[in-house]
Amino acid sequence: MSLIRFERVSKRLGGRTVLDGLDLTVQKGETFALLGSSGSGKSVTLKHIIRLMTPDEGRVWVGGDCVSEARGRELERIRRRFGVLFQNAALLQWLTVEQNVALPLLEKTPLSEAEAFARARERLAALGLEDARNKYPADLSGGMQKRVGLARAIIMDPEIILYDEPTSGLDPVTSRTIDRLIEDLRQRLGVTSVVVTHDLHSALAIATRIGVIHQGRIVEIAAPRDFIRSRNEIVRDFLEAQYITRRGAWEESDRHET
Amino acid sequence: MITREPDYFEPPLNPFGQFGRKILLSCRGAGRALLTLAEAIVFVRFMFSRRNRHEVVYQMFVTGIKSLGVITVVGLFTGMILALQTGLELRRFGQEVNIGTAVTVSLVREMGPFMTALIIAASVGSAIAAQLGTMTVSDEIAALEVMSINPVRMLVMPRLVALAVMMPILAVYTNVLGSTGGALVGWTQLGVSLRAYYDNAIQYVTNKDLYVGLFKSVVFGIIINTVACHQGFSATEGAVGVGQATRRTVIISFLTILVCGYIITRLFYS
Repeated sequence: MSLIRFERVSKRLGGRTVLDGLDLTVQKGETFALLGSSGSGKSVTLKHIIRLMTPDEGRVWVGGDCVSEARGRELERIRRRFGVLFQNAALLQWLTVEQNVALPLLEKTPLSEAEAFARARERLAALGLEDARNKYPADLSGGMQKRVGLARAIIMDPEIILYDEPTSGLDPVTSRTIDRLIEDLRQRLGVTSVVVTHDLHSALAIATRIGVIHQGRIVEIAAPRDFIRSRNEIVRDFLEAQYITRRGAWEESDRHET
Repeated sequence: MITREPDYFEPPLNPFGQFGRKILLSCRGAGRALLTLAEAIVFVRFMFSRRNRHEVVYQMFVTGIKSLGVITVVGLFTGMILALQTGLELRRFGQEVNIGTAVTVSLVREMGPFMTALIIAASVGSAIAAQLGTMTVSDEIAALEVMSINPVRMLVMPRLVALAVMMPILAVYTNVLGSTGGALVGWTQLGVSLRAYYDNAIQYVTNKDLYVGLFKSVVFGIIINTVACHQGFSATEGAVGVGQATRRTVIISFLTILVCGYIITRLFYS
């Protein structure tokens, strides 16, 4: 069953066509990885899903709701279905880790402060961050900030989680930790995930389907096992640029599946 | 929605087109700033709510207490300069005893609120623009909106209340210090006794002078907050954009305070 649907979405930014009649469907419960080179329109696509951008043409649907035309309380209701991990985590710098994670509960639910902070501590502990709860974001490493951002993204038990470059700027070991957390969330909570990334290793490890966007259009969508066999020239360039041979990618994909 | 898509316009055909576009974009910016102000005023009713009261008190502390040092120095020396300049001229006519009136009336009517506003625009206004600008370019404002947390209620309203409440208090503080500075100069350098200075000052300062001055302070506080928040939310292009937003905040605040100060004076005194 499709949960997110782009219908011939076009978008021009800075005099350049970024999305060019994009059609895309994300199924409920899957982890969809959207790959593409810098400036290919990955993040713009993500921003359309939560209406941080509005299409020039076409529509974006989330379930039965047209998010590209929603306003006010309707948009708020649609956005409550989402958790978003921003590229730089986007934590509020003057709040502690615990306050950042509890913020949506304090602002949007009738929970008392004690209940909200208890739940925040619970989520932080699940992500191995219990010792960092009284620190400020500036005192954390990039990987820890991403994990705090993830804790905040899931605190309201969202139905869909969007990840904008979750492993960018992180070392390979921390990147794989983030990958495992994303995979764990899908398995434990059954959430639908859209991951925008240019890290092919990460995409092969966590995605149930991988799409490649090039010049504002989707040029390939496939499951990881089929993806590395693709004969599409852009996909092949992408694979070779990240030194992924068919055999190597198979091994990586298998390792995370077991 | 505060988070906006980046603007792009085709290059204008000629300098007139460029000038016209700048005028239109300025009008659009002013309109957006006023809409943000209107939204913040609507949210003022939540200032005592659990979520907002702590932030309102904190912003009052930042605006009021943290600015006291610089305002003390500026207030004192403004009064001293005024007293010296007017006193030296008045002494030529044997009227130096009237410096109490000259200093206090000009402070209460104009200089107190104006000097306070300039200091707060340069210190608090620029800090607000820098903070909100950094939050905008690092996606923190977008994150708030995605969590359905209204940035105007969370960030603009507490600063609006803090500035509107603290500005008149700071202006009164500037007036008192300025007047004291004038009295000291009158006593030490012009031979005017403190009693004569204050009798003279109180005789000519009216209630109208006081409430018009306080009204100006409230308006100036609202102007500083509106300009700073709008410029912060409009920041783009990373650190450079934040720097530009901060610079624009100080310049636009100064100019708007000057023009509005004149308009209010004209309305009440002509």
